Amino acid sequence: MSPGSFETTMITAGIDCGAKTTKVVVIQDGKIIGRGAVPTGFDQVGAAQECLEKAIQAAGISKSEIERICGTGSGRNYLDLALSRANDVRAISRAARYFFADAGTVVDVGAEESRVARINEEGNPIDFAVGGRCAAGAGSYIEAMARALEVELEEIGPLSLEFSREIPLNTQCAIFGESEVVGLIHAQVDKRDISRAIHLSLASRLGALIQRIGVKREVVLFGGVGRNSGLAEALKKELGLDTMYITGEPEYGAAVGAAILAAEEA
Amino acid sequence: MFPEKKSEFWKWTESSWKNPEGDGRKARFISVGVDVGSVSSQAVIMADGKIQAYANIRTGSNSPESAARVLRQALETAEMPEARIDYCVGTGYGRVNVPFADRTITEIACHARGANLLYGPKTRTVLDVGGQDVKVIRCDANGKVVDFLLNDKCAAGTGRGMEVFADLLGIPITEVGYRSFEFRGAEPPAVSCTCVVYAKSEATGLLRKGWSREEVLAAYCKAMAGRIYSMLERVGIEAEFVVTGGMAKNRGVIDRLMKLVGLEKVTTDWDVQIAGAVGAALFGYDACQKGKERKSGFPP
Repeated sequence: MSPGSFETTMITAGIDCGAKTTKVVVIQDGKIIGRGAVPTGFDQVGAAQECLEKAIQAAGISKSEIERICGTGSGRNYLDLALSRANDVRAISRAARYFFADAGTVVDVGAEESRVARINEEGNPIDFAVGGRCAAGAGSYIEAMARALEVELEEIGPLSLEFSREIPLNTQCAIFGESEVVGLIHAQVDKRDISRAIHLSLASRLGALIQRIGVKREVVLFGGVGRNSGLAEALKKELGLDTMYITGEPEYGAAVGAAILAAEEA
Repeated sequence: MFPEKKSEFWKWTESSWKNPEGDGRKARFISVGVDVGSVSSQAVIMADGKIQAYANIRTGSNSPESAARVLRQALETAEMPEARIDYCVGTGYGRVNVPFADRTITEIACHARGANLLYGPKTRTVLDVGGQDVKVIRCDANGKVVDFLLNDKCAAGTGRGMEVFADLLGIPITEVGYRSFEFRGAEPPAVSCTCVVYAKSEATGLLRKGWSREEVLAAYCKAMAGRIYSMLERVGIEAEFVVTGGMAKNRGVIDRLMKLVGLEKVTTDWDVQIAGAVGAALFGYDACQKGKERKSGFPP
């Protein structure tokens, strides 16, 4: 399936209720016509509603025009709005195939959990792995480290690309990592080298998760960290790849997949 | 709901102690143990194998400096010149950072030996919850290690995890224990015990839902007790079971843990944060008896 092969004029929406951010995508004729994101906070239902409104407005349609809604993400079971639900692995697999016809593996780095799937030509997962016991393998690790390093989240990726030497991090934990980073700052290690170490550290844990199912080219990276050039670079190095597919708005991966699944289920 | 300045809640009071009976001047051997941990550092001065004085301070960003400072403080407390020291053993995370030590010994060995002195020779299982690790040690009547398990990979169940919570809730770390029992009604269910980051976001959600800080604290203490218990189960618990390290002072976790363990709590009047340094000093005393002498000088 690709944007061209979509044969429905139905308008559907996908809601991805994540641990940190809720994303909504509205599609029609296989094209994304609206999207929106809001912080999930502690009211998942409220966040989903607000986010849906935002996406509808962006699409310039009325709510009644949406025929089906599919929910995904960790908060999916709280979404009364959704007619159906899909687990994250299914959603990201569909989305990877939707964006890239030759996608073989999809990596989705969420705020608190990362998931990877090897997919077939239909965009179905053949094998998958989820790392959900520890934040050190997820996006919040980078956030915590950026805080410890006292650099903006947007800056830490580009900063890491200016490294001059690669140093190892000893800790494997987001909490201990903060102390280690503070220690490195005190030891006057260059922030660019520390940033590189942080990204390599997350990449190695993601790499271990991916190796559990094996890498099949091409690899698609979803999740907010897709905007982080430093992580993409580190992950490519970890997996020995020279290319990795990243969309312009990687955080919408699962929401796009859910919207597609909503259309298929009709 | 959230305190504005919340960076100091993890702070606990530094302390020192001197044996009121005798000044150790007549002792044949003076041995010293220095344990530099990630959060706290201790120095114990022993006179012929008996604790003469100790100091317990917070580790700064510079471990060798903390090692020197804690030793100085212990010596001042003991009113003893450093030239009197016959042997010095370093241990803990910072053991490579005790440059003036004559020898370094692993913290596992030191904690077992130290617990044997502080709690007595009936000690068979030692749980040490430190700032950045959790150790479960099985030992014999001489304080010799039989088996052990160490978690230093993950903050869940460690003192650092508790500090994060004290900060989040704005509750001084020394009050965490009793305040975790100050709620009405049934004990709240535990929060996630796999990752402190998850527990933190869960706790923030519970606070917004209207839980009191004490209830959230109870839920976290329960989670920590559960996490630590699962480690104990893996090594096996043999009576007597004792707890050392800073977490031993936290009733919130330890009382809940003892319920799971199902054994009588063994108590001691000693500050059990010094167990590692006590063990190190005992190994130092052994060395003295074997005729070993100081090799290196002390920092200025």
